[in-house]
Amino acid sequence: MFSILEKCFKKSIWVYHTNASACNGCDIEIINALTPFYDAERFGIKLVGTPRHADALLVTGAVSRQVCPRLKTLYESVPEPKLVFAIGSCATGGGIWFDSYNIVGGVDKVIPVNFYIPGCPPRPEAILFGVAVALGLLDKKVAAEYLKEKGFPELIKQEQQTTINE
Amino acid sequence: MEILKPVFYLLIFPGFLFTGVLGLFFTWVDRKVTARIQSRIGPPWYQCYADIGKLLYKQVIIPSGSNRLSFITAPLIGLAGISVAGGVIWMVNIGKSTSFVGDLIVVMYLLVLPSLALIIGGAASRNPFSSVGASREMTMLFAYELPFILVIFTAVIKTKSIMFEDIITYQLQNGVMVASASGIIASIVFFICMLAKLCYLPFDIPEAESEIIGGTLAEYSGALLAIFKLTNAMMLLVLPLFLITLFLGGIDVSSVKGVLFLTFKYLVILTLIILVKSTHPRLRIDQAFKFFLGPVTGLAIISVILTMLGV
Repeated sequence: MFSILEKCFKKSIWVYHTNASACNGCDIEIINALTPFYDAERFGIKLVGTPRHADALLVTGAVSRQVCPRLKTLYESVPEPKLVFAIGSCATGGGIWFDSYNIVGGVDKVIPVNFYIPGCPPRPEAILFGVAVALGLLDKKVAAEYLKEKGFPELIKQEQQTTINE
Repeated sequence: MEILKPVFYLLIFPGFLFTGVLGLFFTWVDRKVTARIQSRIGPPWYQCYADIGKLLYKQVIIPSGSNRLSFITAPLIGLAGISVAGGVIWMVNIGKSTSFVGDLIVVMYLLVLPSLALIIGGAASRNPFSSVGASREMTMLFAYELPFILVIFTAVIKTKSIMFEDIITYQLQNGVMVASASGIIASIVFFICMLAKLCYLPFDIPEAESEIIGGTLAEYSGALLAIFKLTNAMMLLVLPLFLITLFLGGIDVSSVKGVLFLTFKYLVILTLIILVKSTHPRLRIDQAFKFFLGPVTGLAIISVILTMLGV
């Protein structure tokens, strides 16, 4: 019975979107990912208006010192179990503001982060892909494909040889 | 065993479980059709059950400084009210002998309980948004309850009875109520009040997610929120059935033809609800108040007068 309810959690993620001193670029892309064109509702993802209803926090922005306590309160007001997605380069590690005097530098300095989606800003496809990988709907992209894209044929050859030897 | 029968009726067959499962299914139909209207794919069929399951799995946060007792009992009051109302409406149609004098009045009272639960829960949760939502819900209750009751009285005046059984047998003998001029007006007014009772879009003022972040439900989480969602899903089934019983000739489940006809009637009403919901923006509270106490009450009074003239 409990495992069924646990599966339900993966099928219905209600997200709460918060801006921790971001430049609004990532926020526009998040809203874009929720529009009818990308249709996040087919994965059960829904935008809610209050943290009490939320299962996942979508945090954008390099966290400044002013927003730090607010972000902490927000995290505490979400009921367990909860997920935190850090979206954008700034949220993953401070981005170009990593050594600014008023920046804490990344969401994971303030609250525990489960998944990182880098990019400046990440495309809506990237956000949906990241969420789908996190929920176990899709597998991670294979490394060999990535190397072929970037044009490293000798590395792929090496990898194939090692697999043959095994 | 005789003692257990009412419990079975209330909790399993026409009452809580049956109405809840069907109601969640039609909530999914609502979401899917809305998605198709917006040219999206829409959620899979198990989405609403998954939502309820997930909410049951989550932690319940009771905000500090809130009234604990009312905060926890408010959703249960709403669920109990709609379960009993659903049970009564199914039972009087399936076995007509279960109808008792004044069951129409009882159902009218029970259908107020979900709104009352929202008001109590919103006021108890010590959040400015919830308080605003509760006050808006109360204003809406005063606005739509007058035309709603007036319209139900047209059926009562026509059949000279406050029993569901007499209303259904009257319609079996003299044709459906909606075939008369007063019946059409009464059905339209009932439909508009139904949208307000369901908190659906032109009138979802108490729950306005983009203005007051969920309104009365702003502080609810976990299982208590699941109960509110379930109550709303059951209302989506019970209120159209109430309309069918009063004005569209009742529910007949004795034959396959009857079941198909009932499904047809229900789906027509559901489609109308979804179309209105997904093509209209939200009204302001003062606009909705004027709308209900002006034209809608006027229409309801006209239908009462027409019924008294025998049209």
